[in-house]
Amino acid sequence: MTTQAEPRTTFEMGGMGHSVKRKEDPRFIRGQGEYIDDVNLPGQLWLDIVRSPYAHATIKGIDASEALKIPGVLAVITGADLEKAGLHWMPTLAGDKQMVLPTTTVMYQAQEVAAVVATTKYIAADGVAAVLVDYEPLPVIVDPFKALEPDAFVLRPDRGPDKQNNHIWHWESGDRAATDADLASADVHIEQDIYIPRIHVASIETCGCVADWNAVRGQLTLHMTSQAPHAIRTVLALVSGLPEQNIRVKTHDIGGGFGGKVPVYPGYVLAVVASLTVGKPVKWIEDRSENLQADSFARDYHIHAELGATKDGKITSLKAKTIADHGYTDAAADPSKYPAGLFNVITGSYDFPNAFVEVDGVYTNKPPGGVAYRCSFRVTEAVHAVERMVDILAHQIGKDPAQLRMENFIQPEQFPYKTPTGWSYDSGNYPAALQKAMDMINYAGLRKEQAEKRARGELMGIGISSFTEIVGAGPSHDFDILGIKMFDSCEIRVHPTGKVIARLGVQSQGQGHETTFAQIISEELGFPVADIKIEEGDTDTAPYGLGTYASRSTPVAGAATAVAARKIRDKARKLAAHLLEANEEDLEWEPGKFSVKGSPDRFKTIQEIAFAAYTNHPEGMEAGLEAVDYYDPPNLTFPFGSYICVVDIDKGTGQVHIRRFVAVDDCGNIINPMIVDGQIHGGLTMGLAPSLYEQITYDELGNNQAGTFLDYLLPTAVETPSWETGKTTTPSPHHPIGAKGVGESATVGAPPAIVNAVVDALWHLGVRNIDIPMTPQKIWAILHAKGVA
Amino acid sequence: MTTHHITVTVNGEVREADVEPRLLLVHFLRDTLGLTGTHVGCDTSNCGACTVHIDGESAKSCTRLAVQVDGCQIKTIEGMADEPHLHPLQQAFWDQHGLQCGFCTPGMIMQAAWLLGQNADPSETEIREGISGNLCRCTGYVNIVKSIQQAAAEMRAAAATQTGAPVAAG
Repeated sequence: MTTQAEPRTTFEMGGMGHSVKRKEDPRFIRGQGEYIDDVNLPGQLWLDIVRSPYAHATIKGIDASEALKIPGVLAVITGADLEKAGLHWMPTLAGDKQMVLPTTTVMYQAQEVAAVVATTKYIAADGVAAVLVDYEPLPVIVDPFKALEPDAFVLRPDRGPDKQNNHIWHWESGDRAATDADLASADVHIEQDIYIPRIHVASIETCGCVADWNAVRGQLTLHMTSQAPHAIRTVLALVSGLPEQNIRVKTHDIGGGFGGKVPVYPGYVLAVVASLTVGKPVKWIEDRSENLQADSFARDYHIHAELGATKDGKITSLKAKTIADHGYTDAAADPSKYPAGLFNVITGSYDFPNAFVEVDGVYTNKPPGGVAYRCSFRVTEAVHAVERMVDILAHQIGKDPAQLRMENFIQPEQFPYKTPTGWSYDSGNYPAALQKAMDMINYAGLRKEQAEKRARGELMGIGISSFTEIVGAGPSHDFDILGIKMFDSCEIRVHPTGKVIARLGVQSQGQGHETTFAQIISEELGFPVADIKIEEGDTDTAPYGLGTYASRSTPVAGAATAVAARKIRDKARKLAAHLLEANEEDLEWEPGKFSVKGSPDRFKTIQEIAFAAYTNHPEGMEAGLEAVDYYDPPNLTFPFGSYICVVDIDKGTGQVHIRRFVAVDDCGNIINPMIVDGQIHGGLTMGLAPSLYEQITYDELGNNQAGTFLDYLLPTAVETPSWETGKTTTPSPHHPIGAKGVGESATVGAPPAIVNAVVDALWHLGVRNIDIPMTPQKIWAILHAKGVA
Repeated sequence: MTTHHITVTVNGEVREADVEPRLLLVHFLRDTLGLTGTHVGCDTSNCGACTVHIDGESAKSCTRLAVQVDGCQIKTIEGMADEPHLHPLQQAFWDQHGLQCGFCTPGMIMQAAWLLGQNADPSETEIREGISGNLCRCTGYVNIVKSIQQAAAEMRAAAATQTGAPVAAG
């Protein structure tokens, strides 16, 4: 199947497949969203943070006396204060530990060193400026390869005696011997170093919280920007010793997350400690510079890739050895059994007989790396590597890159398909997606145009990326974070008047959950979307879930929503049988009503049934109409797509101009086509960004050189092309509504399409790889070296 | 710290306050007046989440001091339309899925409103250049451009109806 079935419900009802306008938008377009900085509580104080100017230094002393003289400054909290309560270190989600505040040593520039609590945010900032810290600089390691040298300074002496080095862990997957043997005998053996640089999610809303400790009630309410509020509550309970029922995490509206709001940052903990200490609400809102310098970063993968193939282009093996720069602590948000995420999905859309990957995590004097940028689990890095290697092969043997892909794709009849690194792809139709993209963009015409332009000396390139995603973590036998299984949940309550509230364990950050999850319930139960309220992010009321990241909301919580709705439908059938005085098996369902088979005029609407659940339920049946489901997915879902990018390169400036970009995505059955397209537009733009513009670099002293929006260049509307989208539909066979994830697909798939296009434009000059970001300076230098600039 | 007395007309309402000379306009709007629809997204005037109108001109309110707008007319997202009405731009952003997380949206709408005041019938390129001081991380701008195009067409049609002039092509 390559097209989605027609919707079963009317547009007014709003079930699956309708572009229902978003229910959350009326408050946002009026400026009435409630983001974290809009939360203000009576008596609230402000917290601001003293940060280290050094990337590695011993703290010889902290003098807060001048700060404490400022009227309105109430307290200065240091690592020594936290140490008394054992709170100076805290666990990371990856099972490492991180400092809340240092007691002896700072490990990266902009690290939190002390916190000032004051009556206003301006006075808190005055206090920060007045705290004097005496530092003694230590040797700085910014290069992970230097960190691995035998005589390198040991950055984390707090680890055990057998771990007095900067190596965190080694992880591998696949068959090393078989892959090496194949590479040694392959007709064509390609090797390539690829660096995927450090980048930052930079959601337009930064992180923050209001911690509100009520000593009389023994209750801590933490209003915060979190993509995973339930996990935060449990971590808080374990770290603080407060009973979990007395901790309430509440998220409000979130101004973009993209994975950057999964971790627990020191600022949150400091606000909690401050509120516990002074007994008043304490607010912490980081500014953009703090966000870009101290929050978690993504990528930073140094990949050495090898590919083996026959001389006519049949691929036979793939190997990748990777050094992963995690900064001073491993704070990645990967499932615990997967320290390198799902990087071993590296064989992508291709039928590789052999594959082997190995990754070594390394400490450096940087903030935590490898966390997330619209993809948490290293799929972006894997897709980048395989799509580049396949493209290099095509160019090297002189075969059209589209043709080479078509010849090496896993074919539709091979699903379910077991990859050489152990994944079981549930479904896919890769040739259909690539063919559709080629048709949409007129691929043959573009190749003809390119040949003509090349003859005239103009630089035009066409790049393809045919990616396979892996999302929806995950099945409980394999997927947990710190032991908590990666299920997710939905609880649906139908009120007597036939109106519905549903609560989920995930957390929207702009994805439109209030609309799409209502559409799933509408599809399953026949209530109009307008009658369904979706609520997330209050741990006192919502069922437990692991949150929204890695495109898991629809695959996991969306499934829970459908299953919970079906439980309600099962009870509704019993109620309808009672009301209609019929046997359950004689009833048939269509969205919104049960009717007696053969007597369509004898029916009860779902609203009538809801009323009866509270007023006229049969003897022996519990009153009420509600259900909850904790969904443990049987497998991940594997969205895929084919993207084609056309670039023109300015020989004078090195500027890459994206003329067209066609994205054909397959995310299975679609709940809301408008929202899916919006997700793809945004994902493509976050694929464009690191391809051409964004990179966090450090100088040799560990100074962040892109720590503001003046230096870290998010694409504006001018740099962003007018994306063209298309769809094929291959439903997930195991998902209750046949859906897959979509949020991160385009961010994963877009970068290699752009790089492949630029290299395609320059291959004839002897260029075979360019690391992102492909800035004008970088391209111009290449053109200059080749004598064409 | 010394304070200055300022009088500012915000969304048609005269507001007075004693403010520190260092108080940023955006904090005056958000914290003093409680108009939290204007957001803060950066500290370098790059993101535009704080865009408002000062005496009819688009301005980033994180880059002005409150004392600088003494005597000025300020318009924020809250002043764009009275309940239950929506400004054509607000309606268009909703219709065209021109927002996702919504954080940049008030600033984007204020900038677009100023743009359409300057140019009632902008081309796509003019729209993209006109909003290039406002960053959006969610939408990829495609639907923001469509939203502004929809609002522009509706506002031109409404203006034509009022004046009896023919609707400009677009």
